[in-house]
Amino acid sequence: MKENVIIDLKNISVSFGGEQILNNVSLYIRDKEFITLLGPSGCGKTTTLRIIAGFLEPDSGEVIFENKKINGVPPHKRQVNTIFQRYALFPHLNVYDNVAFGLRVKKTSEKQIKEKVEEMLALVNLRGFNKRHVDSLSGGQQQRVAIARALANEPRVLLLDEPLGALDLKLRKDMQVELKNIQQRLGITFIYVTHDQEEALSMSDTIVVMDEGVIQQIGTPLDVYNEPKNAFVADFIGESNILDGFMRDDLVAEFSGRRFKCLDKGFAKDEPVDVVVRPEDVDVVPVTAGILRGTVTSVTFKGVHFEIIVDVKGFKWMIQTTDYQAVGDEIGLSIDPDAIHIMAKSVYSGKYGDYSSFSEEFDELSEPDGEVDE
Amino acid sequence: MKRKSSLGSRLVASPYILWSALFIIAPMFFVLYYSFTTPSGQFTFDNIMALGKYTGILLRSVWFGVLATLICLVLAYPFAYFISQMRLNTQQTMVALVMLPMWMNFLIRTYSWMAILQDTGIINRTLEKIGLGPVHMINTSGAVILGMVYNFMPYMILPLYSVMAKMDKSIIEAAQDLGGNRINVVRKVIIPLSMPGIASGLTMVFVPSVSTFYISQKLGGGSFDLIGDVIERQFQQSYNYNLGASLSLVLMVLILACMAFLNKFTNDEEGMVI
Repeated sequence: MKENVIIDLKNISVSFGGEQILNNVSLYIRDKEFITLLGPSGCGKTTTLRIIAGFLEPDSGEVIFENKKINGVPPHKRQVNTIFQRYALFPHLNVYDNVAFGLRVKKTSEKQIKEKVEEMLALVNLRGFNKRHVDSLSGGQQQRVAIARALANEPRVLLLDEPLGALDLKLRKDMQVELKNIQQRLGITFIYVTHDQEEALSMSDTIVVMDEGVIQQIGTPLDVYNEPKNAFVADFIGESNILDGFMRDDLVAEFSGRRFKCLDKGFAKDEPVDVVVRPEDVDVVPVTAGILRGTVTSVTFKGVHFEIIVDVKGFKWMIQTTDYQAVGDEIGLSIDPDAIHIMAKSVYSGKYGDYSSFSEEFDELSEPDGEVDE
Repeated sequence: MKRKSSLGSRLVASPYILWSALFIIAPMFFVLYYSFTTPSGQFTFDNIMALGKYTGILLRSVWFGVLATLICLVLAYPFAYFISQMRLNTQQTMVALVMLPMWMNFLIRTYSWMAILQDTGIINRTLEKIGLGPVHMINTSGAVILGMVYNFMPYMILPLYSVMAKMDKSIIEAAQDLGGNRINVVRKVIIPLSMPGIASGLTMVFVPSVSTFYISQKLGGGSFDLIGDVIERQFQQSYNYNLGASLSLVLMVLILACMAFLNKFTNDEEGMVI
């Protein structure tokens, strides 16, 4: 059942000063997997990483590495290495000595060190930077040095704590591709922490969505996007319209006062549910052809598409469409059965998924960019 | 950066400039003047030539200063490190405790040490009671160095603490993460990163130690004259301002040389703390 498991966290709980940071977290990580811990600030993702690295001991629960319990093993004896949020390069050493640090500590011969350091610097495209002082490097270059420094130790598992958080968008995209390549080439396990859902979707084999110290969902990027388990996951990953509804029968859902065909079953008859419809899955049609009708209240040009907010019986839908609609236009909406995803009610129901208070500005303000969670 | 300073900024700076001129530059000039003149005002090298007589005392001053400074470093370094690892509130309390003795007069503190170290002082009375006999402590070179270490210790602890408190924790974690055990982390990361603090601490303890006069008089009983004592006597007893000034000049040059030497060991770009 659990094959190739390299790290197994069992019932981990942590609290600081009376505040529960991790609440009974269980998670196993397969060898050579790219797994991402995704969640907002303070969700416990960095804490989970620090427990694996050995910087923090859980209050309860077991940390298993290759079938051996490693609770209490200090960081320097663990076969994992960390890429820190702000790189944490040694400011008193040059690039070469930074990368050589781990090998020197292990008393490797200088000849082998030289080979390994050259190999690592080539891997991260920093050949010829040996003598450079780390302070003279750009953010992206410092990040590469941090990667080379960690990988020089040939760790079984690499832990990455929001490694791209401090880089600008363009560089971040390039580094995402590069990191993924490095991971595949070297065949080591990456445990990646981020609050950026796009980053998580594009890089990971597995995504672990966390909130308030609890794992909300574990799955492939496709699973997590298409089949979110609750309103939190649906809202945090991508944009979602989340409506109150009822399952009138298997394959029949009712929301917004209409009945829709869907692909979900197994709910009780007339069970209240949350209905998720992604903005890109709603088709704009003439009023007469639509199953729903509404009024456009705002239009934003996004480059690839328009993002429009449509008021349907008081509920504000977000819809992405390539056709321009004017504010005040009456339009019809049509939704295919496979675009409808039904979720059981949870503590998150009703908190997310309505765009009535939506504004770009607010979204940016609340983005937890660059914050250290703990 | 600005080529012309405005009238306003010149006005703001003027009290400081006046202060510097009156209390720093003018005295320096007088020291130089007295060093190279006779009491009647003739130019002479006699004062500088007379220094030969005091070579022994000068060397002793340097030697005591070096010893006191190194003892301070060895004691203060781990102490400062432990403070920097405490909770923030506790750190503030500890720093306040370190500075507390400085709120009391220096002379009173040195007098207290005389009482403590006396042959009939509290230490010797205790030693006698437990049968370890009286140990002669006052008026020894040890007592003088103890006095220096005690009085100047805060000047070592504070700069060390301030670099250590500012040290990025994740750099230390990175060293552990890369396989460094405690010793490796201290040797390869913490000590190199605290070099600016070490350099400031060394300077701030060495300079007052090497030029002190009161400690050696009170705790050394007059048998361990330091260069500071000699200089003091030239002004207070012999009224030989010219010799006093030339001795001061030599001491100043010596201290500047030591500081330049220390600066070589710290990264130029890091700069000193405090």
